Amino acid sequence: MKLKGAQILIKMIKEEGVDTIFGYPGGAVIDIYDALDNTTDLRHILVRHEQAAVHAADAYARAKGTVGVALVTSGPGATNTVTGIASAYMDSIPIVVFTGQVPTALIGNDAFQEVDIVGITRPCTKHNYLVKDITKLAKTIKEAFHIAKSGRPGPVLVDLPKDVMAAMTEFEEPGEIDLKSYKPTYNPNMKQLSKVVELIKEAKRPVIFSGGGVVLSKASCELTKLAKMMNCPVTASLMGLGTFPGSDPLWLGMLGMHGTYRANMSIGHCDLLIAVGVRFDDRVTGRKDKFASEAKIVQIDIDPTSIHKNVEANCPIVGDCKNTLELLNSMLEGENLADISGNPEERQAWLDQIAQWRAASPQRYEQKDDVIKPQFVIDRLHKLTDKNTIITTEVGQNQMWTAQYYHFDQPNHFITSGGLGVMGFGLPAAIGAKAACPDKLVVCVAGDGSIQMNSQELMTAIESNLPVKIVILNNRYLGMVRQWQELFYDKRYSCTNMEKAPDFVKLAEAYGAIGMRTDKVNEVEEVLKKGLAYEGTVIMEFIVEREECVYPMVPAGVAITEMLLV
Amino acid sequence: MSNQKHILSILVDNEPGVLSRIAGLFSGRGYNIESLSVAQTAENSALSRITMVTVGDDHIVEQITKQLHKLINVITVNDLTDKKYVQRELMLIKVNAKPEQRAEILRIVDIFRCKVVDVGPEHYTIEMSGDDGKIEAFIDLLRPMGIIETARTGLIALPRDKKKSK
Ligand SMILES: Cc1ncc(C[n+]2csc(CCOP(=O)(O)OP(=O)(O)O)c2C)c(N)n1
Ligand SMILES: [Mg+2]
Repeated sequence: MKLKGAQILIKMIKEEGVDTIFGYPGGAVIDIYDALDNTTDLRHILVRHEQAAVHAADAYARAKGTVGVALVTSGPGATNTVTGIASAYMDSIPIVVFTGQVPTALIGNDAFQEVDIVGITRPCTKHNYLVKDITKLAKTIKEAFHIAKSGRPGPVLVDLPKDVMAAMTEFEEPGEIDLKSYKPTYNPNMKQLSKVVELIKEAKRPVIFSGGGVVLSKASCELTKLAKMMNCPVTASLMGLGTFPGSDPLWLGMLGMHGTYRANMSIGHCDLLIAVGVRFDDRVTGRKDKFASEAKIVQIDIDPTSIHKNVEANCPIVGDCKNTLELLNSMLEGENLADISGNPEERQAWLDQIAQWRAASPQRYEQKDDVIKPQFVIDRLHKLTDKNTIITTEVGQNQMWTAQYYHFDQPNHFITSGGLGVMGFGLPAAIGAKAACPDKLVVCVAGDGSIQMNSQELMTAIESNLPVKIVILNNRYLGMVRQWQELFYDKRYSCTNMEKAPDFVKLAEAYGAIGMRTDKVNEVEEVLKKGLAYEGTVIMEFIVEREECVYPMVPAGVAITEMLLV
Repeated sequence: MSNQKHILSILVDNEPGVLSRIAGLFSGRGYNIESLSVAQTAENSALSRITMVTVGDDHIVEQITKQLHKLINVITVNDLTDKKYVQRELMLIKVNAKPEQRAEILRIVDIFRCKVVDVGPEHYTIEMSGDDGKIEAFIDLLRPMGIIETARTGLIALPRDKKKSK
């Protein structure tokens, strides 16, 4: 069968089970768009900025648990994807980004709209390719998907010169992928695992710490089972929220810079820390030598570079989180349950201690009847939605309050730019999540600053009929930066005032969405109810307390037990 | 943990861009490259061997090794430092050679068993190979004559045992 390069591309994308791609056309990819025009079973969502295509693909991948795909043109189209790619790289999200490139004969000549996107994205992709030979196209695409989704997932970029897309060739099935140098370790070392069993038996004050790796390997059930068997409290990083039910009594809340008092204190006092799918980011550990300093640390991760990078583990295990936890659980099931869940008095004392910490400094805010507290909006949003709601966030205080006050019960339902912290992520991410899960309610929690970074995507949501609900916590500040200025720079609010802002209600209307606004405490619930019930895209703007801070807060570089409390 | 010199022998796909991935990894993560040499291997033209000398404490070198492994085009990374290996470096050195200095230079060349590969009215170019100790010693001896310029390949090394290095 003779096919054009562009047709091979589309065929290979479909074979991966991808039903939706996000993109933006241009001269270098015109052949691909031409081929797309004749394709019925691959949906193309036309974004309004290429950065949004990548964030949408990222969120699509997360909501669906598969690979996300973005397609853009050469030059500026390609450079516009870099932020999205870097964010997916930091959060280990499997996406494949296809970029157009000038014809092979022109590469290197500074041709119109030529950039070396492979060179530019080398440090922020898991791997990338330039396909110069049409006979290698199918195999390269298959390899790209394989690399993106296997091992520790991540973004892969494939650069496609225009002549390769336009050329014809006899299509040959690429066959199985066999990369001699790339063989992720899925199965853990059993000797190390039996050490974990011993450590669990000896532990008096254990804590489980769950991260994004648990989401990616779909190991949430196994993790929950382990916690229940051990009767062990669980905390999570921002990326791990939802891997353990937020409504469970063993849940400690998030840890780290804006973690709960009890989670951070538990880390400071535990004698066994079982860390699963985490990389011990500095926002989690605070001062490293004080992090879990009384604990033996078990670390399970598929990426060997995550081990001994920031924190020394006493018992490192390289393996897939799901496989490893499954094996560990079955080993534990062979033991006497009483040994696994600890001495009842000691364990109760540990849980009591945690309850005391919780009582001493619960996650709290005070809603008086004058000004809306941002936390109150999230709190109500949580009450008014069920656990199948997908929440995306922008970056800043809005993101942290969502993490703190929306208690996620399931993985893949909290979608945020964790590692890179990209303002402008939330709205395109909501669109991507809605494309992946059309039957789910998708809400984007935004700040007044962040929403302005990709607000043009309102048009995408409307045009593609992907209704999303946008909750703007409008504090008329770049709030998180202002908070640092308040706490560490004597309240010199340099360039963080956002009082000059568009009318968000009118903005929504300009795109054909609806907008609602309130500054009244007693209207919060009503606005949320109305907005969530409306079938289309809607902006709900809440004028909130201007100088509210996110607490607790661990100043950068300080031990996480030394928190600034409310 | 003290800083130590490590010789890494890295087998990679012989493809465009691979060296840039490795160099980028080092610069991006703030690791040191003391020297680096690359060429296609004779046993398999699809592969290149990179020999790299880097400096760091155990913790850093462990990360370097693991990060290198993570690159898709890197096939094996072998830290030769604590193994038995042979190492060589090749240097071309151009040195002043006025008539009255020539005999002395040739004597040194003879002692070091290297050779003069180019002669000019007032200079010699000498080819010498050895481990870095020998090369440094040679340079020190020639320094008083006036060194004009040098080119060095960087260290290359192979383990002593018969097995193909992994
Ligand atoms: C693209 C980008 N630029 C700058 C920053 C730095 N930054 C982090 S939080 C923040 C303020 C965000 O303001 P807003 O969206 O209003 O959220 P708030 O903190 O007020 O809830 C800024 C500027 C960033 N994270 N991303
Ligand atoms: Mg704000």
